[in-house]
Amino acid sequence: MDISARIGTLTLANPTILASGILGVSRASLKHVFDNGAGACVIKSISLEERVGHHAPNMITYEGGMLNAVGYSNPGVEEARAEFKDLKNVGGPVFASIIGQNADEFSAMAEALLPGDFSAVEAVLSCPHTPGYGTMAGQGTPKSTEEITKAIRAKTKLPLFIKISPDSQPIGEVAKAAEAAGADGIVAVNTMGPGMIIDIQTGQPILHFKVGGVSGTALRPIAVRCIYDIRKSVKIPIIGVGGVTTGRDAVEMIMVGASAVEIGTAVYYRGVDVFKKVCGEIQEFMKKKGYSQLQDFQSLTHNVEG
Amino acid sequence: MRIFEQPTMYRIADIVQETDNVKTFFFNVELHSKPGQFVIMWIPRVDEKPFSIAYDEHSRLGLSVAKVGRFTEKLFEYNKGDLVGIRGPYGSTFTLPDGVKRILLVGGGYGVAPLATLASQAIVRGITVDFCNGARTKSQLLFMDRLKALDISPHVATDDGSEGRKGFITDVAKELLETNSYDCAYTCGPELMEQKVVDAAAGKGTASQVSIERYMKCGFGICGACCIDDSGKRMCTEGPVVSGEFARTQSEFGRFHRVASGHKVPFNAH
Repeated sequence: MDISARIGTLTLANPTILASGILGVSRASLKHVFDNGAGACVIKSISLEERVGHHAPNMITYEGGMLNAVGYSNPGVEEARAEFKDLKNVGGPVFASIIGQNADEFSAMAEALLPGDFSAVEAVLSCPHTPGYGTMAGQGTPKSTEEITKAIRAKTKLPLFIKISPDSQPIGEVAKAAEAAGADGIVAVNTMGPGMIIDIQTGQPILHFKVGGVSGTALRPIAVRCIYDIRKSVKIPIIGVGGVTTGRDAVEMIMVGASAVEIGTAVYYRGVDVFKKVCGEIQEFMKKKGYSQLQDFQSLTHNVEG
Repeated sequence: MRIFEQPTMYRIADIVQETDNVKTFFFNVELHSKPGQFVIMWIPRVDEKPFSIAYDEHSRLGLSVAKVGRFTEKLFEYNKGDLVGIRGPYGSTFTLPDGVKRILLVGGGYGVAPLATLASQAIVRGITVDFCNGARTKSQLLFMDRLKALDISPHVATDDGSEGRKGFITDVAKELLETNSYDCAYTCGPELMEQKVVDAAAGKGTASQVSIERYMKCGFGICGACCIDDSGKRMCTEGPVVSGEFARTQSEFGRFHRVASGHKVPFNAH
C-alpha cells in the first residue's frame, strides 16, 4: 500500500507533516519528529529580528483542544539560518515558515532565509494573537494576501504555500488571491478565534496575552469546511491542518481535497509518535476500503455529493 | 485531579525563609509527584514559571524558590493567604532502581531541593546516602536542617570557605567517587557542576542521573522551547531527569542553553 503524498512537485513518504509552532525550534527537534514518523516538518516561524514572544501562560488546554498565544518567539533570521543550515540528513523534507509585518518584510525574509536546505516555504498570513502580524495586521484579506504572495514569489523558486486563517471569509477568495499571485499551494487553516479562557477563582484571563488561537478538536470541523470551500475555488494543492488527531481525521481532510495534513496539538494528546500512529490508522482504513493510494479517495466528497 | 493543562489557584499556607535568597512556599495540597518532577506556578498578569518540587507529602506541597528575576521578585512580595496558580506535576523523575545499596547525591544551590526528597525516600528503603551540598556561601546552603533530621551529615563546600571545604563541591564528589563504591550518582544544580559530576561518575563506571533545566513554556511537550541538541528531546517531558550516559551524548549539555526566543547562550564558568 502506498501512502506517499504528492503536493504539486513535492513527494512526501507519508501525508503527515509537523505543523509550524509545535516543536520545530531546532534541527535536532525536527530530527526527533522525523524519527517519530513525520513525512515532512515545518519549522517554527521565523521573523527578521529576534522576538521573545508573550509572557506565559502561552498555552493551555480545555475540553475542545488548546488555546495558545506564544507571540512568535524566535531567534531571528540570522540565527535561524545557522540553526537550519544543514537539513540533508534530518529525515525528510523541511518547510521554512516565514512571517513579516508587511510585504517588504516577507520579501526580505524570503531573501535572507531561502532556499538553504529547505524543500518548500510556508508564509503565515494568519496568526490571530500577535500584534503587527497575521490577522491582527489585516493580512487575511484577498488584497493583502495577493500583495504578500507576489512579494515572496519574486524572491524564491521554492514551492510557496500560503497559510490562511479560518476566520477569513469567504475563504475561497483568499485562496484565489494567493493562487493568482503565484502560490503553489494553500495551507488551511491556522488557529481560529482568538478565544479566551478565564480563571474563575480570580476572574483573570489565563493566557498572559488574554486571548489566543484555538486549535485541536474544536477547530477540526471548521478546518474541514474551509478545505472543502477552498478545493472548490482553486486548482493548487491544499495542505489541511486543524485538529487532526487520528487517521480518521486525516482521511476526512484528504476526502474534502487536502493532499497532506499537518499535525500540531495532537502531539500533546497522543505523544510525539502521533505521526506514526496516524499513518498506521490511515493504512488500516485504506486496507478495509481496498484503496491502494491516497489519490483513490482524495476529493471523494466532491465527487460523490452530486 | 488534573483534567486540563490550566493552573488551579491555591492559597499560600506558609512561607519559610530557607536561606538568604530562598523561600519555601507551602500549599495545602498533595500532587503525588516523584522526586525531580516540577510544577508551573502562575501569578496572574505577571508570568508563569517552572519550579522543582521540594516537598509533596501529608497534604502539603512545598516549592523552594530562589529570587532570581521578575517573577520570583513578585512572588517574594506575596504573603500567607495570597493566591497563586499551580499546574503539574510534569516531567521525568529520579529513580532508585531495585537493589541499590549506596548512592551519592550532589546538589548545588537550590538544586538541593529535589535531592532532599530523593534522600528521604532512599533512607526509608535502607539505602546508604552520601550527600554533597554546595553553595556560594554558608548562608545559602539549602536544607542543612532537613538533611540533619534524616540523619544525613552532608559533605559541604562553599566558594568562600564559610562552611565546609573552600572550593567546589564537585571536588568533594570526585573524592567520594574515588574512595567509595556507589550504585548510582544523582545530581541537580548549576549545569557545569552537574557535568563534572556526571563525567566523574562515568570515569568510575558509575551510573548517574541528572536534572537538566531548560527554558520552558508549555510544560507538556509541544512548544519545543526545551528541546536539547542533539536528540531534540523535550526536557519538560522526556526530562528534566535523564541518565548521565544520555546527557553526555548531548552536545549542548554543559555548553549552552536556549532563552525565551530560542537564542542560544553559552554557560560560563564563574
